[in-house]
Amino acid sequence: MFKYFEPNKIFVITSRAPKYVLFLFIIVLSIGLTEALILSPEDYKQSHAVRIMYVHVPAAWISLGIFSCLALFSIGSFVFKNKNFSLISKSLAPSGFIFNVIALVTGSIWGKPTWGTWWAWDARITSMLILALFYLMYLLAWRIYKDKEYVIKITSIIAILGVINVPIIKFSVDWWNSLHQSASVNVFSNTSIHMSMLIPLGIMTAAFTLFSLLIFLMKYNTELIKVKNKGLDRL
Amino acid sequence: MINEIISMNGYGSYVWSAFSFTLISFASLYFVTKLQLVKEQSRFASKFGTLNVEKARVARSQNINKEILSNTSNI
Repeated sequence: MFKYFEPNKIFVITSRAPKYVLFLFIIVLSIGLTEALILSPEDYKQSHAVRIMYVHVPAAWISLGIFSCLALFSIGSFVFKNKNFSLISKSLAPSGFIFNVIALVTGSIWGKPTWGTWWAWDARITSMLILALFYLMYLLAWRIYKDKEYVIKITSIIAILGVINVPIIKFSVDWWNSLHQSASVNVFSNTSIHMSMLIPLGIMTAAFTLFSLLIFLMKYNTELIKVKNKGLDRL
Repeated sequence: MINEIISMNGYGSYVWSAFSFTLISFASLYFVTKLQLVKEQSRFASKFGTLNVEKARVARSQNINKEILSNTSNI
């Protein structure tokens, strides 16, 4: 099955896709920003501060999603010895890290008007900070170690250890007393957000997903060209 | 109307700084990634240019190399 995803076969798609994804991202982001900043209503308790949710929540969701994918592909590269998997996980990491930083910074900005503080050593916030450190270790490992086999091993271990933190982040608000509110959007039970806020949240999540896809494709193409550059040296 | 959007009942500085930080982070990551891609494409093209006829023919037989070269010509 993996042969269908060989870089030589999919490069035709991955090299042409970014311009279309960028175009779609700009359209969806423009609609999302208009909804989030102008059209959506203010909250009866938080007033306009609630609008920070439209960048904070999608960024947090996507950083968690990307780390889960990164761990999955790292396990795949470890088990099946498939180098393409390690290229994919390496290409996913930069956007995941940026989304994690955005979630932390916008969360801190949102915390000031709602909790009265920029930062608290709360279970959810601290576990998100730990995830950012795992992302950082993962990215640094690719920069520090030059031995290909060794770096794949090290980064896989970092990803597998880091993914243990993902369910901790998700359930931290249920397991411990936390300043952070519990989940308002649920897949398997009732969602407590009104449609007028859920729609902009959905659009912004779609825009952020498109951005992470765009960065992934560009980074993946860069990594493939690097491999091909080494191939030219060996000719 | 405009003043209301900017001030947001006194929450404007928080809301606008959160959105600005997000958009600046997006733009920075996009341009850094684009720069790395363009640099790697130009490196590939200049290496390809130094190959002799026979090696260039072998390299050109791979579709992925042809694709990289065609993208490089668009830079």
